[in-house]
Amino acid sequence: MSKTKKKLRGAEIFIRALADEGVEHIFGYPGGAVLHIYDELYKQTDVEHILVRHEQGACHAADGYARSTGKPGVVLVTSGPGITNCITGIATAYMDSIPLVVFSGQVPTHLIGNDAFQEADAIGITRPCVKHNFLVKDVRDLAATIKRAFFVATSGRPGPVVVDIPKDITADSCEYAYPDKVEMRSYKPVVKGHPGQIKRAAELILSAHRPMIYTGGGVILGEASKELTEFTQMLGYPITNTLMGLGAYPATDKQFVGMLGMHGTYEANMGMHHCDVLIAIGARFDDRVTGDLEKFCPESKIIHIDVDPSSISKNVPVDVPIVGDVKSVLNDLVAAIKASKNKPNAGALKTWWKQIDEWKKIDCLRYEKTDKVIKPQFVIEKLYELTRGDAFVSSDVGQHQMWAAQYYKFDKPRRWINSGGLGTMGFGLPAAMGAKLAHRDATVVCVTGEASLVMCLQELSTCLQYDLPVVIVNLNNRYMGMVRQWQEFFYDSRYSHSYMDALPDFVKLAEAYGHIGMHIEKATDVESALKEALAIKDRVVLMDFITDQTENVYPMIASGKGHNEMHLAPQRELA
Amino acid sequence: MRHILSLLLENEAGALSRVAGLFSARAYNIESLTVAPTEDPTVSRLTLVTSGSDEIIEQITKQVNKLVDVIKVVDISESAHIERELMLIKLEARGAGREEVKRMVEIFRGRIIDVTEKTYTIEMTGDGEKLDAFIGALDSRIILEVVRSGVSGITRGDKAM
Repeated sequence: MSKTKKKLRGAEIFIRALADEGVEHIFGYPGGAVLHIYDELYKQTDVEHILVRHEQGACHAADGYARSTGKPGVVLVTSGPGITNCITGIATAYMDSIPLVVFSGQVPTHLIGNDAFQEADAIGITRPCVKHNFLVKDVRDLAATIKRAFFVATSGRPGPVVVDIPKDITADSCEYAYPDKVEMRSYKPVVKGHPGQIKRAAELILSAHRPMIYTGGGVILGEASKELTEFTQMLGYPITNTLMGLGAYPATDKQFVGMLGMHGTYEANMGMHHCDVLIAIGARFDDRVTGDLEKFCPESKIIHIDVDPSSISKNVPVDVPIVGDVKSVLNDLVAAIKASKNKPNAGALKTWWKQIDEWKKIDCLRYEKTDKVIKPQFVIEKLYELTRGDAFVSSDVGQHQMWAAQYYKFDKPRRWINSGGLGTMGFGLPAAMGAKLAHRDATVVCVTGEASLVMCLQELSTCLQYDLPVVIVNLNNRYMGMVRQWQEFFYDSRYSHSYMDALPDFVKLAEAYGHIGMHIEKATDVESALKEALAIKDRVVLMDFITDQTENVYPMIASGKGHNEMHLAPQRELA
Repeated sequence: MRHILSLLLENEAGALSRVAGLFSARAYNIESLTVAPTEDPTVSRLTLVTSGSDEIIEQITKQVNKLVDVIKVVDISESAHIERELMLIKLEARGAGREEVKRMVEIFRGRIIDVTEKTYTIEMTGDGEKLDAFIGALDSRIILEVVRSGVSGITRGDKAM
C-alpha cells in the first residue's frame, strides 16, 4: 500500500510556507485575487496579518520592520491596483537594498493578457525596481518559489522580491514540502573577500598619513557594526558615515566626525577632500555623497569593500576593490592588519587629527539659539537628549530628515530609518509603524514635516487598530522646506508651489483618528511637550511643532561642487 | 569600442526582457541582440553587440551578471573569436539586371533560395561588414526587403563557455 501525503490547496501552502520560513508578521490589504489566501489567513494564528489602509503603507511598514530588525519584511496585496500602489514602496526598498518579499495576487492564469478586471502586468511593472521577481505558474512550484524569494531577498546585496500568484494557483492542490535550502546556478553571492586583495588593502591602510574611513548602509545590512568598530578603533582613524550608514559606528565616539555629503559636517567633508587613503565600506559613492566626481578625494588612494561588484568603480575608480560580505572581509582585514609587521603611522596620524580638530572647531552645526521661534534643530536636539539617543527614529524626506540625521546621534545600528536613495515622502509614518510592531517596548519616533506626513496619513488608523503608539514629531514650517530652500538659493526666492496652504488642524486630525494631538508654538514649551509626549506609552501622539518658517539646512555643498566648497550658515560663512 | 557579449541565461519567461530592460534603464546601447535555446533546453544563449568605453563595458558586464537569471557573461570580443550574421534579402531581378544580381550573389558566396519572375531571394552569412559590403555593391533601387539576424559569436580555440 503506497502512502500518499495529504494534498493542500495553494492558499494553504502559501500560509504554511510563510510559517515554515519563520514569518511572524505580514502587512497587507485584501482583494479579489487573494481571497483564497485571506480565507486561509482567517483560519490560522501562526502568521499575524496587519491590515494597512493603503498598499504603499504596507510596503513602507514592512520596510521599517525590515530595517529595524534585519528580518525580511513581508507584504500581501491583490492584483491590479493592489500591486501598482506598491511600486513606490518597492522602489524605496530597492534603492536602499532592503529585503522585502511582496506577494501579489494575479488574475487566474487563463485570463492573463486578456485585460481582465484588476489585471496589471505585475512582473513587467515591477521588473526595474526589484532585485528579482517570480510568476508562479504551477501550484507544485509555489513552496519552492517562496523559498527562493526569501533567499534572493535576504542574501548578497539584499533587495525586494515580488512573487505574483494567479488566483487559480491558490485554489489548485498538491503535496506540500518546504525546501531546506536553495540551489540556484545563476545566483551565487560572494561572501569571502580575495585574500590577496585583503593583504594589499591592509598594507595600504597602514601606510596612510591622512586616512579616512567612509561607511554606508552596507555595514548595517551586513550586521557588521561590531567588526567596523573594532577595525576603526584598533587603527585610531577618523570615520564618517553616509546618511544610510548612521548608527553603524557610535556617533558619540571621539573618532566619529559626523555624516558626510551634501549636508554633512565640515570636518567630514574636508577630511574626505584631503585624505590620502580612503577606506570605503558598504557604501556606493552616491552623488549626494561625492559631489563633483572630478573634485572627489583628489589626493587619495581608494579601497572599496562591497558585496555588490557593480557598485565598485561605478562612479569613482578604485585602487583596491574587495568584493565580499562586509562582516567577513572586515574580520579578515583586522586579522591581516594584526599580522602585518607595519603599524599605523602615529606621528602622521597625530598631525592629521590636529587638522581635523581645527576643522571641528568651526562647529558647523551651530545654529542660532533663540526663544522667539522654534528652531527645528532645537527640537531634534531635545528629542535626542530626552530619549537618551536610544529611540528608533524614522523620517520622511526633506529638511527635517537632514536635521534628524545631523542632530540625533545614533550609537546603534538599525535605529535610524529613512528613505535615503529614492527619497520617498510619505515613508516615515508607516515605517515607524513597522518598527514599532517589531519593537513594542521601545520608543519609536517619526520625525516628519507637514508636507510629508499627509502623504501616508491614512496609516494613523492602522496604528490605532494594532495599538502601535508611535510619537510623531511634525516640524511644521508651512513649506516643503527643502524645495523652498533650493528655490531660495537657486531660483531667486521664487517659491513656486512649495508653500503648504489649507493645512489641517493637526490636533483635531489626530483626535479624529483616535490619537492625541499637541500643538507647540513656543520655543520654551518644546522640552516640556516632548517630555509629556514621550511619557505617554500607550497612545499615538502627534506633536505639531510650529517652527521657524525659513530656516535652512547647513552646511551645504551645492550639487556639482566639491567637498571643499561647503557653505555654512550665511552669517558665519567662511572667508 | 564595439563589444560582443555572450550570455547564458535561464530559459524562462521574462529573462530576455530583464536583459533588454536593464540596457534601456541604464541608458546602455544595444546594436543587436540574438537569443535562442541551447542544447540544454533550460538554458538560452544570447549574443549582444554593444559599444562604449572600457568603464562602461565593465559596468554593463557587472550589471548583466547581477541579474538573477543570468548564469554567465563573457565579452568574447576580448579574445580571438568568430562572428556571423545571417541575412535574407529580396531583390528585384528583371531583364539584364537579373544576371547581374546572380553574379553578385556568387561573388559574395550567397545562395538564391527563392525565385519568381521578378525577384530573387538570397541567403547570405558572414560578419556584419561583409553583409554591409554586399548591400553597398547593389543598386539600392532593386532592394525590396532586408532581414538580418544580428550577430552570433563564439570564441576560437579549445575552450567552451
